[in-house]
Amino acid sequence: MTTPLLEVKNLRVQFPTRRGLLTAVDDISLTIAPGEVLGVVGESGAGKSLTGAAIIGLLEPPGRIASGEILLNGRRIDNLPPDEFRKIRGREIGAIFQDPLTSLNPLYTVGRQITETILTHLDVTPAQAKQRAIDLLNEVGIPAADKRIDHYPHQFSGGMRQRVVISLALAAQPKLIIADEPTTALDVSIQAQIITLLKKLCREHGTSVMLVTHDMGVIAETADRVAVMYAGRIAEIGPVAEVIHNPQHPYTVGLMGAIPNLGEEVERLTQIDGSMPRLNAIPTGCAFNPRCTRKGEVGVRCTTERPNLLNAGNTQAACWLYSDTGTTNTTNTPQSVAA
Amino acid sequence: MNDTLKRIFDSDLWYSFKRHPLVIVAAILSLICILGAVFAPILAPHNPFDLKTLNLLDAFTPPAWTAAGKGQFFLGTDDQGRDVLSTIMYGSRVSLTVGICAVALSMVIGITLGLISGYVGGALDSFIMRVADVQLSFPAILIALLIDGVARVVIGKDGHDEVAVYVLIFAIAASGWVQYARTVRGSTLVERNKEYVQAARVIGRKPLAIMFSHVLPNVMGPVFVLATLHVGAAIITEATLSFLGVGVPPTQPSLGTLIRIGNDFLFSGEWWITVFPGIMLVILVLSINIIGDWLRDALNPKLR
Amino acid sequence: MKNSNVLLEVRDVAREFDVSKPWLNRVIEGQPKSILKAVDGVSFTINRGETLSLVGESGCGKSTIARVVCGLYAPSRGSVVFDGVDMAKASVNEQQQLRKRFQMIFQDPYASLNPRWRVGKIIAEPLISHGIMTDKVEIKKRVDQLLTQVGLSPLDQEKFPHEFSGGQRQRISIARALSSNPEFLVCDEPTSALDVSVQAQILNLMKDLQREFGLTYLFISHNLAVVSHISTRVGVMYLGRLVEMADTKTIFNRPLHPYTQMLLSAIPDLKMTGKQRTPVAGEVPNPLNPPSGCTFHPRCPYANDRCKSEAPKMIVADDGSMVSCHAVEEKRIPIRLAA
Repeated sequence: MTTPLLEVKNLRVQFPTRRGLLTAVDDISLTIAPGEVLGVVGESGAGKSLTGAAIIGLLEPPGRIASGEILLNGRRIDNLPPDEFRKIRGREIGAIFQDPLTSLNPLYTVGRQITETILTHLDVTPAQAKQRAIDLLNEVGIPAADKRIDHYPHQFSGGMRQRVVISLALAAQPKLIIADEPTTALDVSIQAQIITLLKKLCREHGTSVMLVTHDMGVIAETADRVAVMYAGRIAEIGPVAEVIHNPQHPYTVGLMGAIPNLGEEVERLTQIDGSMPRLNAIPTGCAFNPRCTRKGEVGVRCTTERPNLLNAGNTQAACWLYSDTGTTNTTNTPQSVAA
Repeated sequence: MNDTLKRIFDSDLWYSFKRHPLVIVAAILSLICILGAVFAPILAPHNPFDLKTLNLLDAFTPPAWTAAGKGQFFLGTDDQGRDVLSTIMYGSRVSLTVGICAVALSMVIGITLGLISGYVGGALDSFIMRVADVQLSFPAILIALLIDGVARVVIGKDGHDEVAVYVLIFAIAASGWVQYARTVRGSTLVERNKEYVQAARVIGRKPLAIMFSHVLPNVMGPVFVLATLHVGAAIITEATLSFLGVGVPPTQPSLGTLIRIGNDFLFSGEWWITVFPGIMLVILVLSINIIGDWLRDALNPKLR
Repeated sequence: MKNSNVLLEVRDVAREFDVSKPWLNRVIEGQPKSILKAVDGVSFTINRGETLSLVGESGCGKSTIARVVCGLYAPSRGSVVFDGVDMAKASVNEQQQLRKRFQMIFQDPYASLNPRWRVGKIIAEPLISHGIMTDKVEIKKRVDQLLTQVGLSPLDQEKFPHEFSGGQRQRISIARALSSNPEFLVCDEPTSALDVSVQAQILNLMKDLQREFGLTYLFISHNLAVVSHISTRVGVMYLGRLVEMADTKTIFNRPLHPYTQMLLSAIPDLKMTGKQRTPVAGEVPNPLNPPSGCTFHPRCPYANDRCKSEAPKMIVADDGSMVSCHAVEEKRIPIRLAA
């Protein structure tokens, strides 16, 4: 097993509110190997975006990391002071967000924004930085990059803007990119372009990506492994083909059945009744148990005791159905998975 | 009813209220002022308008805690022997009535015009907004002076005293509606494009029904903030006009009238006649404004 | 053309929006008026009991069509004929009668319900507005029934919209739309704001209701997988025009128009058959200044000089499918069968 580039251990993100402490991310552990693309998928409120934000140190107050550790290349980063963290952000971890407009400053030209990032993090002259910015824009497929560099963000279309954001994320050659719903705001045809670009760039640069999205199709095309989140926890994690074709956790099974497939004629889609619990009303035991169709099979354990990730088929699932087939982990930590 | 109370105590607004001691103090103070004014006939130690109880020998009695003070006149008396505390209580009655009525009237005018302007749009919108612009370019006091002057000429001096309060209310309202119209128009433009309004249109509701039953409840938040602050401003305008002598007559004095009357005696040493109504005015308006400012912050989702 | 099976006919509808700057700015800057042709000459019919879907990328005019059909926008040209009655020529009384027979479901379940109204009042609005019921007890009974039909509890009518999740709100929206017993529902992206598992619930519900009440749907969506699942026939729109329309099987198995082919190949492949996505270059042009001739020609791999100068006419085949493309007419395109 290679040393992971990113290791998240028992991460817990909480929000103090007037109605009590809400736990939005609850004891999550995961690793990303160098060059690996880890998909994090889940429905709204599952805690997937907050996991990404916690890793990159951009949790919005009053949200905070309540416990757990985040290690980048073996170095702990979650307890760094803001000044120290700023050096890591951009240099070692890049970020791509859903709305390209909010990640670009509308008052500066895109060239200036990319050059500044390069100058902040890399030891180059301004002229070299500018040349690198042009190269980057070329690389992400922006035509006439040497002219476009002097344009403002509003002069780019949505798809082009997301390309600029990607070039900005890559500017300081980070080892890891956190991409939070990078294609959600885009049309299908543009989405395909951006996904292809992201895949190509990461392969060429050996960059690891944590791809946070609600779109299983994007994950299927891009990720090596995928973590399915539900109510702040990882419900299932494993190689992407296994999770999609052979899901083990009843939630993942339901989720896969709920996605309509092109060319497949079904009268009804599989539906998971109910909805994701609100953070202030997470059921005891397995958070999925009120919606689960198989909870009767293992007795009362589902409603009383919370399952950790267990070996299930070729993936790991946090479900009591697998309590006798797999060895119990002591925590919500996935065991080593060959990349 | 119980359900409504529960909702109030469970709301974010109540939570925020409990966490702002200054606002609680302001709320208590303004509540005291309002209760004192409303129940003045019961609570006031004297009736300053009952000529039979007035004794000119009591005139210019200083407050009770000074050497020459008398126990029965806690804040002293004025030139006619009226108890200053009682005149203040009766005076705030007039001030609050004028302030609240003026605000209510400007709200009605402003909200209606704003809703129509924002919902209908087009030429009508431009027209209403240009009228509002013209209105804004006149200072409120000038408009009030104008209306008051016209009323005096039309009605005559004697009749004027009786309708003075209404003239005042109308004058202040006439200069205040613009803010409501603009605020409501802005919010209406946002709400009009929301899907629940489109849904009502598909159902076939008439524009007026949509405006008042759908849009109006959703644009009232900022209006309440504005209204609270406006009550304070209207009381000040009323006081200013009365101080200038164009407001309510001395037989039915408001806080402004009291300050004007007392002003004549300020330099002869009888400071209490003007200072206490002045302090009262400051407390009243300040607490209302503190509440208004808090409301504005508490209702603004961006600051929470 | 008077066919009793046809419920709705859209005849050469166009809708323009004046997006010019204010008059004074135009005079000072010497600019002409700018007119956005959101929909430019679209014709189709919907048969009773079927689901016709319109798909396309953002800005293609699909939502505008939905709003023209519902009477939210008046068409700049053309007409909408509902059950043989031209909506524009109908008397006020007739229009009032027609309005009972169609309803609309909106995209954003958070914006489509008045936040200050209780659910019971929201659902009863069409009943009261159309004067279908006046008795309070009767109305309450009908609302109870509607809530049960969409899978909610009759007790929910005392609650406010914010107490519900996105999927539940969409159910409330559907209950409101059904209350006047309409025959025809216009659904403008009804599931795109929802999570997949909830989307499946809503799609299933819509299918159940269609079967139960014999409803006819005009379904607007950008999601081809959802469209393939729910529709009987599909129309593809590009820059305000219909480029292809055929029954669902035909359009997904044998897409004719290059744009349809491109859209289909851009969908992420969940089955991971190893099929390479073919991202099509270019983006949707600015609709204020659409390309000459066939508006798709700058992105089309088959475009020639005729495509650049002459707008293609709609070719109607024997089976009723329509396509508007010179290359198809001249048989220049290899017919591509979908995987």
